[in-house]
Formats: sequence, structure tokens, C-alpha cells
Amino acid sequence: MIRVELPAHLRNLGRIDGELLLHVPSPVTQRTIVDAIEAQYPMLRGTIRDHVTQERRPFIRFFACEEDFSHEALDSPVPDEVASGKEPFLIVGAIAGGS
Amino acid sequence: MIESTIMANQQSGVRVLVGTRKGAFILTSDAKREKWDVSGPHFAGFEIYHMKGSPVDPNRLYASQCSGWFGQLIQRSDDGGKTWEPVDNKFVYDGIPGTHQFFDGKPHPWEFKRVWHLEPSLTDVDTVYAGVEDAALFRSTDGGKSWHELAGLRGHGSGPNWTPGAGGLGLHTILLDPVNQGRMFIAISAAGTFRSDDAGETWRPINKGLHSLHIPDPVAEVGHCVHRIAMHPSRPNVLFMQKHWDVMRSDNAGESWHEISGNLPTDFGFVIDVHAHEPETIYVVPIKSDSEHFPPDGKLRVYRSKTGGNDWEALTNGLPQSDCYVNVLRDAMAVDSMESCGVYFGTTGGQVYASANAGDTWAAIVRDLPAVLSVEVQTLS
Repeated sequence: MIRVELPAHLRNLGRIDGELLLHVPSPVTQRTIVDAIEAQYPMLRGTIRDHVTQERRPFIRFFACEEDFSHEALDSPVPDEVASGKEPFLIVGAIAGGS
Repeated sequence: MIESTIMANQQSGVRVLVGTRKGAFILTSDAKREKWDVSGPHFAGFEIYHMKGSPVDPNRLYASQCSGWFGQLIQRSDDGGKTWEPVDNKFVYDGIPGTHQFFDGKPHPWEFKRVWHLEPSLTDVDTVYAGVEDAALFRSTDGGKSWHELAGLRGHGSGPNWTPGAGGLGLHTILLDPVNQGRMFIAISAAGTFRSDDAGETWRPINKGLHSLHIPDPVAEVGHCVHRIAMHPSRPNVLFMQKHWDVMRSDNAGESWHEISGNLPTDFGFVIDVHAHEPETIYVVPIKSDSEHFPPDGKLRVYRSKTGGNDWEALTNGLPQSDCYVNVLRDAMAVDSMESCGVYFGTTGGQVYASANAGDTWAAIVRDLPAVLSVEVQTLS
């Protein structure tokens, strides 16, 4: 099982309590993780990545094992610690200020 | 079956739907409109550009929710706003989107940014129209579960010449003609006003008579910064417009326009609306421009014309008449259809003002909301 932490607004939208536990087929990548989230929680489609381009939304960041993976290729494998469920995959709203 | 909201002799109260920069609020009152219950914030932290209820079933509400982080969401309520369900948020332009003109005059690809306005059908609870930025019109016929562009609007020919206004290239007004089946009007900043006579399949610009000194050709077919248009449902061939400059009127469904700014202190503003029972009584809120965007002299005044324009009176009773520097945005005024027509508007300072007597006196329902983006009102039976 893959562990995923979502921003509070997306947990509210998906009515999710705490961490997500997801079955994600190998190889586990950013793309397959988001695929699994959207399959289980259709209301989150379009909130993490663009519907059409599938690109990560500009103010969403991907972290794991205290590293920023936001600019890694979508199809690159995530760290073994994430794939094994030892560490969570963090989907974070960027600290972007704003009004 | 739930009856229509427009039932002049069975009115129990009103529900005011307020969209703000940081959430939605629902304000309810009985027919007296003196004491108010405030519910919210719903969707706290999100911009709520617009909320509107179905004329067919007043408990069916639609809301446009968006944020810079998470993009566009559409919410639907089937119980008058007590609970909400997210519906489809996929707005994809039909075919190859093409380009419009950017601020620098160069072609720029159409890019979906947000939904500015939601307009539920007059006859079908599950049909709703969405006006979006970059400007396009979408329709759902399944209660928001899927959206499809009415591509004839962007595709009729003038689209490549549309240019964003300062707030973006937004399709902000959708008027459905209750008499002439299939006729609808939309307005875009800064392209102008357009009409369809076949339920949105084909469109043409209707901007003759508009004169905009700030564009290269002041009488161009498109390119006018129309801020808002309004109609009275009993007389849909008469349209009123608040343009970037000028208040305008058409008596022939937009075929031609003439100015009715008359004695207004400034002919700039955003909102315009029509009294529920008097089709010649209209309301605007003059705003100082081109850069200030607050009321002239720090006095918040609604202006009312009972003659369909040109002769305007300032309505000030209950509104701040000194040191007031708020704005009233284009979707932030509405009227109810109670026997004594109620008028409502919201400000960027977070106040929502109401008048239960057609504008003669005003009182703030709430004073400290986030900046108000939109105000709609439902008259409940």
C-alpha cells in the first residue's frame, strides 16, 4: 500500500480523514499515484494536475523522504521507501502567498 | 413538485447567495427582510465567483469555486445550500482552441482559467450554462456532471480579435430570453455583446451604437469592454448595458444601442439591474475610473432611473456618504421579486447592502465579509 498525504482542502473535498492508503501497481511513479487518487476520488480530478495536459498544477508540489520531486519526470519511479509504504508521498499546496 | 420561485402571492422570504474571495455565504430572511441569518463560509478559502439557483427548483444551486492552487471546481446543492456535492470540473474547448488577441496585440492561445458565471436554465433543472475565462460558453444538461462547449460563439469569426479586459477575457453575463425560445445573450470583456437565436449553436456580435474611445476603432464590431447587461423578463427585447464607459440601452434585442447615461456623476461602473415589477426602472452604481475604481467623492450611491435611463436619482439613505472607497463588481447586484422589490449589492469591502423598498432606504445585512464577487437572490415561496 502506498501512503499519500493531501492538503487539507483536498481532504475536505474528498471527505478523507488522515492519510490515504492506495493500491498502486508497479512501477510506482508520480503519474500512477495520481491515477490511483483520481480513480478512487473522482472529485479530485483536475485539482492536482491539469485534465488535459496531465501536468502538475503550478502551485502543487510533490515531496517524499524530505526531498522535492516536483520537477522529476512524471514516469520516474518514486523512492523505494514510498513504493514500499515506509514513507508517505506528500502532495503539498505551495507556500505561495497570495491575497 | 417544487414550485417556481416567481410566485408573487406566495412569497415566504428570500435567500441571498454571496460569492466572495474567500468563500460563499448564504443570507436568508423572511418576507420583511429585516432580520437575517448568515450561513458560511462555505468552501472557506476558495474564490466563489458566482452562485445561482435554478428557477425550476430553488433548492438546486450551482457554485463556481476556484483557487490558484487547485483550479476550478463546480459545486451543486439540492437542498438550498445546506449540503454540497462537487460535480464535473472539466472544461475543455471544442476542437483546436485557436487564438485570441493578447494585450500586446499578438495571437494568444485560448486557455481555460475559471468559471465566471453560472446561469441555470429557465425550464430544465439539470441544464445550466457556464461563462468562462478565456471567454467561451459551456453547457451541462446533466446537472453539472459533464460540460460541453457551445463552440459556435468562439467560432463565428470574430474570436481572434477578442482582447482581455484588465480582469481577463471573461464571459461574465448570460441572459436567457424567457419569451423567444432559443434566444440568449452573452457579454464578454473586452469583446462585447453577442446573441444567439438557436439555443447557443450560432452567434453574432450585437454592438452597433457602442462607442469606445479607448480602442483603435471606437465603433468596431467587437472589442468593446461591456461590463454587464440586464433585461426585464417581461420585455426581453429591451436590454440595458453598463459599459466600461457609458450606460446604454437597446430596444431591439441588441440590433442597435443608444446612450442613456444622462445626469449620472460618472458613466463608468460595473453593475446594472432592472426592478422586478417596473421594466423601466433600472439601477447602476457609478464608480470613478479609469484607475480609482471607487465611488466618486467617497459617497456610495446607487442611482435609479424610473424612465429607462437618462434621468437618474441618487439613492443614499442608509449608504455611507463619506470616506467610502469600495467597488461593486459586475455580478454583485440582484433584485428579488417580492411585492415590494428588494435590491441587493455587495462591495469589495465585504458589505452586502439590501433595500426592501426598491432602493429608497438601505441597510447592511453583513459588513465584514471577504471582498464580494457576486450576489444573487432567490425569492422563495
